[in-house]
Amino acid sequence: MADYYFRTEGLAVGYGGRALLENIQIHLKKGEILTLIGPNGAGKSTILKSITKQLRILSGRVTVGEKELSAFSYQELSRKMAVVLTDRVRPELMTCHDIVATGRYPYTGRLGILSRRDEDKVDEAMALVRAEALGSRLFTSLSDGQKQRVLLARAICQEPEILVLDEPTSFLDIKYKLELLHILRRMAKEQGITVVMSLHEIDLAGKVSDKVLPVKEGCVYAYGTPEEILNEEFIRRLYGLEKGSFDPVFGSIELPRPEGEPETMVISAGGKGIPIYRHLQKKGLPFIAGILYQNDIDYQLARQLASRVISVEAFQEINEAVYKEARTAALGCRKVICTDIPWGSCNARLKKLVEEIKGRR
Amino acid sequence: MTENSFHYENLKRCGRYAAVFAVMLLALLVMTVMNINTGTVDISAPEIFRIIFTGQAERTEYNIIWQIRLPRILMAAVLGGALSLSGFLLQVFFNNPIAGPFILGISSGAKMVVALMMIFCLSSIGSFSSYALVGAAFAGSLLSVGFVLLVSKKLQNMSALLVAGIMISYICSAITDFVVTFAEDSDIVNLHGWSLGSFSGMSWSNVRIGLVIVTVTFIFTFLLSKPIGAYQMGEAYARSMGVNIKVFRVVLILLSSIFSACVTAFAGPVSFVGIAVPQLTKLALRTSRPLIVIPASFLGGAVFCMFSDLAARTAFAPLELNISTVTSVFGAPVVIWMLIHREKERQ
Repeated sequence: MADYYFRTEGLAVGYGGRALLENIQIHLKKGEILTLIGPNGAGKSTILKSITKQLRILSGRVTVGEKELSAFSYQELSRKMAVVLTDRVRPELMTCHDIVATGRYPYTGRLGILSRRDEDKVDEAMALVRAEALGSRLFTSLSDGQKQRVLLARAICQEPEILVLDEPTSFLDIKYKLELLHILRRMAKEQGITVVMSLHEIDLAGKVSDKVLPVKEGCVYAYGTPEEILNEEFIRRLYGLEKGSFDPVFGSIELPRPEGEPETMVISAGGKGIPIYRHLQKKGLPFIAGILYQNDIDYQLARQLASRVISVEAFQEINEAVYKEARTAALGCRKVICTDIPWGSCNARLKKLVEEIKGRR
Repeated sequence: MTENSFHYENLKRCGRYAAVFAVMLLALLVMTVMNINTGTVDISAPEIFRIIFTGQAERTEYNIIWQIRLPRILMAAVLGGALSLSGFLLQVFFNNPIAGPFILGISSGAKMVVALMMIFCLSSIGSFSSYALVGAAFAGSLLSVGFVLLVSKKLQNMSALLVAGIMISYICSAITDFVVTFAEDSDIVNLHGWSLGSFSGMSWSNVRIGLVIVTVTFIFTFLLSKPIGAYQMGEAYARSMGVNIKVFRVVLILLSSIFSACVTAFAGPVSFVGIAVPQLTKLALRTSRPLIVIPASFLGGAVFCMFSDLAARTAFAPLELNISTVTSVFGAPVVIWMLIHREKERQ
């Protein structure tokens, strides 16, 4: 137990004495990244506010390092923990440099005068988030994404041991999203900084986190590694997905499959079917996919989008039953789309099927 | 050292700060000389210097300079600075650029308590020490602040806050007018001039007390620069930087109330200085860094009030305008301009 840096035991959080979430257990080692996922309004921000001492803890314990959170003065805590919040900041006449420099607050003297070393730290932090060029611009004149990066630089500048971020990727475009998560990963690995954050993007959560804590209104699930938690069934339940789906392999989300009696069949392999599936999905045309090997990339998406998938286990020869099933399906469809398929010994029957259908039309 | 570095930016800014301070100090000097120089009795410049530095002059002229003009000038400067900082602190507190002691009804609250005390206690005690006046004004300020805080807790928006302030201002003025109407004539004589706001009739003992209170409060305010800077980022961030928000907010409101109470006790309610001066100062400095803005706002307020007092005395001499008339004429357009400017910035 001793090597855990950040711990919560039976933590209950909420507003005005009313518990929103109870019995939250988190154990994080130094340099680990924990991501809170869950639908809007589930209480992710409430948890983050509680562990940063912004909100009073209703019951339970939070430990940072050797000490309980409640035993820290705000001043002591500011040298251990930095935050990036979703609060709108509208500081008058402050340049980005000034904003980032507020991160040095715990280290400056009585009047907050910055030393040359503090100034350099500000520049370093700005460089890390690639915001050097923004330095002397007014914070209020930036776009939301730029602001987010500057606020991250501010937190980095505070040289924390634990970094708490509330939805840091909102407003960022793909490039900066990836960069931000990469920076966090690097800080976690190289400097041993522990990160706790909330994310909306389940796919990114899976890719960046060591641990994931799913949160749903009134209920906190057991936390675990992304591999344990991010499966299709669980995500469906967590977000109450009725339409659409989540693919745990690629961490991607898909729109719901078209409904109705399929009148199209797609025969494909090796990813060639994916654009066709998407096209049919957008047009709202239900389709059958097959015959697909279960290790084919098309198979992953077909499972989400096709009305029916006719499949064979990887590297097996197509048996007679499956062949017949596919043949019946193809003959029942008004349209059969066939992509280029690499032919080999085990999919010989598929080749036969394709030729037969071509001959009939 | 590159163009983009923070160090370089700070160096550049220091030049600007120095220039602004130099201009302000120069203005202060000019205002001082002009204020001493003008009045119903003309005294030539060399005469003034001789009176101030050697003390050799005719009795009347010596008295005019030492007993009337100098205390008045000093008081205008000190109270002007105090007023400006009182406004600055309120703007930080409410995170609202048009908060100020006059608009939020804090000056009116102070005025009301002082008026009540003058009317009801004067007969029994005789006369009041300056400290008692300041104390009464302080109590009145806190009364108004308390009310405004109550409202602002219920309604988290800028206009509601101002409406609450204006309402309490009316209520306090109504009560003041009411008791003045029924007060004995001799009491009103003092009260009337004072309640409209004026720097006239300052004695050296007033100056001494005002100077002590304002200096001490100024030092505390200046020492608060660091948390004020953090607070400008918003409450949550300030807390994460180690500011104890509860204590900080109380200290902020107390300091601001002491400043405005001191002004109201000696000069009556003075409008718009608290809003206009800190804003103009920030724009001139192009920063909101409290470490710079606090002393600059103080200087700016001093210059502005000395100028206003000069205008009040000379514009329609020998008639004297009350000080708020002048500060409103110059301050109100600044506030309107600022509102428009902000709206533009938001779009």
